[in-house]
Amino acid sequence: MSEWPLFEVFVRSKHGLNHKHVGSVHAADARMALENARDLYTRRNEGVSIWVVPSNNITASSPDEKEPLFDPSHDKVYRHASFYKLPDEVNQM
Amino acid sequence: MYAQLVETGVKKIKSLEEMTPEERNFQEKVDAEVKIEPKNWMPDAYRKTLVRQISQHAHSEVVGMLPEGNWVTRAPTLKRKLQLMAKIQDEAGHGLYLYSAMETLGADRDEEIEKLHQGKAKYSSIFNYPTLNWADMGTVGWLVDGAAIVNQVVLQRTSYGPYSRAMIRICKEESFHQRQGYQILLDLMREGTEEQKQMVQDSINRFWWPSLMMFGPSDDQSPNSQQSMAWKIKRKSNDELRQMFIDQTVPQLEFLGCTAPDPDLKWNEETGHYDFGEIDWQEFYEVLKGNGPCNQERIATRKKAIDEGTWVRQAAKAYAEKQQQKQQSAA
Amino acid sequence: MDQQQALQEYLLRLGDSALILGQRLCELCGKAPAVEEEMALMNVALDLVGQARNWYEYAAELENQGRSADDLAYLRDAHEYRNLLLVEQPNGNYAVTMARQFFYDAWHYFTLKALVESSDERLAGIAAKALKEVTYHLRRSSEWVKRLGDGTEESHAKMQEAVELLWRFTGELTSTDEVEKQLATAGLAPNEEQLACDWQGLVEAVLSEATLELQPEDAWMYKGGKQGEHTEHLGYILAEMQFLPRAYPDAKIW
Repeated sequence: MSEWPLFEVFVRSKHGLNHKHVGSVHAADARMALENARDLYTRRNEGVSIWVVPSNNITASSPDEKEPLFDPSHDKVYRHASFYKLPDEVNQM
Repeated sequence: MYAQLVETGVKKIKSLEEMTPEERNFQEKVDAEVKIEPKNWMPDAYRKTLVRQISQHAHSEVVGMLPEGNWVTRAPTLKRKLQLMAKIQDEAGHGLYLYSAMETLGADRDEEIEKLHQGKAKYSSIFNYPTLNWADMGTVGWLVDGAAIVNQVVLQRTSYGPYSRAMIRICKEESFHQRQGYQILLDLMREGTEEQKQMVQDSINRFWWPSLMMFGPSDDQSPNSQQSMAWKIKRKSNDELRQMFIDQTVPQLEFLGCTAPDPDLKWNEETGHYDFGEIDWQEFYEVLKGNGPCNQERIATRKKAIDEGTWVRQAAKAYAEKQQQKQQSAA
Repeated sequence: MDQQQALQEYLLRLGDSALILGQRLCELCGKAPAVEEEMALMNVALDLVGQARNWYEYAAELENQGRSADDLAYLRDAHEYRNLLLVEQPNGNYAVTMARQFFYDAWHYFTLKALVESSDERLAGIAAKALKEVTYHLRRSSEWVKRLGDGTEESHAKMQEAVELLWRFTGELTSTDEVEKQLATAGLAPNEEQLACDWQGLVEAVLSEATLELQPEDAWMYKGGKQGEHTEHLGYILAEMQFLPRAYPDAKIW
């Protein structure tokens, strides 16, 4: 067993973008995890904000559930703007 | 650099017909270049081979800090010191990216590191060679990182998602390492004194063959390669990669005005590649077995650091627990 | 000493302390208690050596004798070095490394904070950049002092010993000499009383949170680093650090 627990790291790269998962770090506590993540994942000016989450607090969907979870949205084309044809006279919407 | 001799534990590669439905489904995904992600089903041997390969790769990054650490306190200018420090720091970082990718396979980092310290895990044998003069900091960047990059660039397309993403990140960051190394040598050769130029040639003489060994045994001596290629955790054969490396390196060597310690090295008009002499495979296997000039020292240094750090890591953990209790009782 | 000479002297003090501590941290490469700490230590070391270079460049320009930042770093002997005695002390165990770092970071932070307000623009500019880095250094080292101080019984004992071992070198941080007084009067360098008060306040707060015993106010203090009188350690640090330029004096490039 690892002495220090694992934290997942999410970095927001530029203002306005979502935090993105970049990897993990080991740390004794959340504050140390933030610092370790800063030292590891933002050495080249990559980030403006970091989240760390204890890895064991993440619940992930299982690949077996892929069909019931994600396939039903395949045929709901009416959720996409491109489904609606606009008359040429209306340029932008 | 580090995927050259990874056991797969597989005697014979199964054809699609011989596979269970799960195995077939997996292999078809791999064949279609769909990345395998942590929660996907995967053959046990694939998982184990990957853990071995990624941990070997990670160990190599961390042990690889030591030959450069040997000169960081003696870097001859402030600029060179800063560059070397940044490079060493990247290596620790790359080790961590890789350990992180490895842990998505359910492996435990501390356990894998323990195996390294017990001599049960491999790492790149290049780091068992000593760094004896300042020019070695140039040569390590140019030849050693250069060889690593050739290997790593192909690994960006490896079938396991987290490994592939770690490789992409590492390749992006490592591009400065090789240039930094070459620049050191170029400066010494162009404007250095006679003594400094000799340092460069001496360094190349010592690192040339070990760098070529980094690609691992010849294809006919690599029983595990075929399975790894089928799983696409290895994408090109050892000999192919070695040839690529030599072809791109020799013109750079000539531009430096230096020579390689290989009388058989010459351009072959017919093949369009450089021919080169026979590698001393006995040396390769001896260093791999632990008989290289620095094997003992490298492992001893790493083991000492982690052993002597035990009380520090435990204290941090104890403190974290105390703080948590305080918060809970305050709430 | 005129004001410019005093400023040159002061710049060397800032640069030398940063460089020597950076050098000490370089010695730890590959030897930190966790791979994460390798990253962190090297990060701090990088910041410090970078800062030293900035201070030296300014000092060399003011001196205007054709010496470069590298000449200042690599071709001065121990008696010409102006770093604090604290930073040349050996790394010891991690408690010593972190106690040394914390005492220095606290001093560094308040010093830079004052220098940002300096009437010398160049000085203020370099300080402003360094202050961002050092704010982070201080945060990290004070956390480590607390972790080790209030961690396990073993770590507490080691941290307490480290504080006692290094305390005698801290007097120099907060007491100023003629050079610094002259610059403080001119609005170039921090005011002694303010610096001492800030440093003392922070160190006391962190040590007590770390459940560590404070040291007696009348403890005997060793001084002299800022004037070029060092402990035995500095000579060896320089012998290692300066080896190449000294061994190859004809070399024009590296």
